[in-house]
Amino acid sequence: MKTAFRALTRFIDRRQAFAYPAPAVVTLFLIVIIPIVFNLYLAFTKWTIGLGQPRFIGLGNFIELLSDERVLNGVKVMIYFSGLSLSLEMVLGLLIAVYFNRQFKGSEVVQAIYILPFAATPVAVALIWRIMLNPEIGVLNYLLQSVGLPGSLWVSSPKTVIPALVMVDVWKWTPMITLIVLAGLKSLPHNPYEAARVDGASALQIFWYITLPLIRPVLIAALMLRSLDNLKEFDMIYTITQGGPGIASETLYLYSYNVGFNFFKAGYGSALMVVVFLIVLVFNVVMNRIRLSAQEL
Amino acid sequence: MTETRITKTFKSILFYAGTIALCVPPVFVFVWMILTGLKTGVQNIAYPPEFIFVPTLENFRAVFEQYNFFRYLVNSLIIAGFATGISLVVGLPAAYSIAKYRQGKIGLMILVARMTPFVSYLLPWYIIFRYLKLIDTYMALTITHLIITLPMVIWLMVSFFESVPTELEDAAMIDGCSRLQSFLIIVLPLVRNGIATSAIISFIFSWNQFLFSLILSGPKTKTVPVAVYNFISYGKIDWAGIGAAATLIVLPVSVFAFFVRRTIVQGLTMGALKE
Repeated sequence: MKTAFRALTRFIDRRQAFAYPAPAVVTLFLIVIIPIVFNLYLAFTKWTIGLGQPRFIGLGNFIELLSDERVLNGVKVMIYFSGLSLSLEMVLGLLIAVYFNRQFKGSEVVQAIYILPFAATPVAVALIWRIMLNPEIGVLNYLLQSVGLPGSLWVSSPKTVIPALVMVDVWKWTPMITLIVLAGLKSLPHNPYEAARVDGASALQIFWYITLPLIRPVLIAALMLRSLDNLKEFDMIYTITQGGPGIASETLYLYSYNVGFNFFKAGYGSALMVVVFLIVLVFNVVMNRIRLSAQEL
Repeated sequence: MTETRITKTFKSILFYAGTIALCVPPVFVFVWMILTGLKTGVQNIAYPPEFIFVPTLENFRAVFEQYNFFRYLVNSLIIAGFATGISLVVGLPAAYSIAKYRQGKIGLMILVARMTPFVSYLLPWYIIFRYLKLIDTYMALTITHLIITLPMVIWLMVSFFESVPTELEDAAMIDGCSRLQSFLIIVLPLVRNGIATSAIISFIFSWNQFLFSLILSGPKTKTVPVAVYNFISYGKIDWAGIGAAATLIVLPVSVFAFFVRRTIVQGLTMGALKE
């Protein structure tokens, strides 16, 4: 027993580069790679969970999804929701970070407050938003009306549901962008700023010609990080609207969930999930290209 | 340009006014959450909404007694605890090795894990667990939560291990330590802040996880996010109960997040900002 143990530790010592990552690689292979391959396989089959066996149909699912109106709707909703929320989060996050980029008493308090929205349990927070967004008795319409503005139907109308969900997403994630950019701003070199001030540049000029170019790599990295989750937003939309009213807020991702787990069409659902993965992948590859070319300049 | 003291004070007042304005939206939602939990059911559907009222703890009592919430808290604690523990045991040596030997291929695997939509894992796992009759077990939930926490722990820890000087290990080995010993006795204590950070972040992500638990849990293993979500599917919406339950769920996460406030952003972005 003792010799076996010693032999094992000696093996681990000698083959450290192999032995240390081995458990993690095996685990990741089992829990990540195998399901992905299984999912990929299912994408080329026709199969309703619980009924018979998967039947290979080649590209059938992918041909079917091209003429599926809910796919088209899902892509539109995805572009609308993600385009609007990501751009608002980036712009607001950057502006607020510039605002807070100074030494002041209470900066730690602000930091602690800004962590809350994105660290708090998404479902719990989304339910509170659902309460606040109620058109009849919700506090948001009350606040709007008390300053003389008209109330909104928020998530109850197909016209306003996406902007309302974007508002919740912006509320939740702008603080994270702010904190990331703020950390980036703190690490920028001082020299260009001093030189600009000596030359009499205005605050706006300094922001536009110095801060923005210097912080751009951080911005793009933050956008990539954010897009990974934003394009796959589920908890918040599902909790507040479940894709409704009708299918007005059903993103492609939510639709793939519905196909898989409400209609139990495993094959077709898998094909949709593959499409969502490809969208996330392409977006990130493109962003990475932009980031790398920005660094070369 | 010399600033007088008055304009300086004025500017500072203006700055703090802006700061407060920028902190109102994040704070307000949490205040409203707590207020909702402290109101009676009738007060919660009153219009105009009541801001001043006599608070009641009745909802918190009801959440525990009627909805069996303690059970769900324990479930979440068990699953998040296991997922985090296993992630650390398996992930720490891997992260160390990636940092030391520059094993980019494992990094790629982690990136793939991070990019793949959760639903893509969920469908195969649902089919497998259904077949193995493992739905509604701690094992099924822990395994799926590992999909999130393990890559995250590795991702975070690589940077912490990179900051450990190799001289310390070399010195330990000259003194007769084996590599395993020097890893356990010298390196791990040096990165304890990193371990604490990644443990807390991993715990938070598992605690907050909704999608996997929604499908794979059942009466025995229901976690808190699914439990609070079910408050709206019982036909009528129990707003006071939601307020109380949401407060209970968010409270531990907030406390944890406060402890890692210096490192959480660094932690969440590290991988993305480097490379």
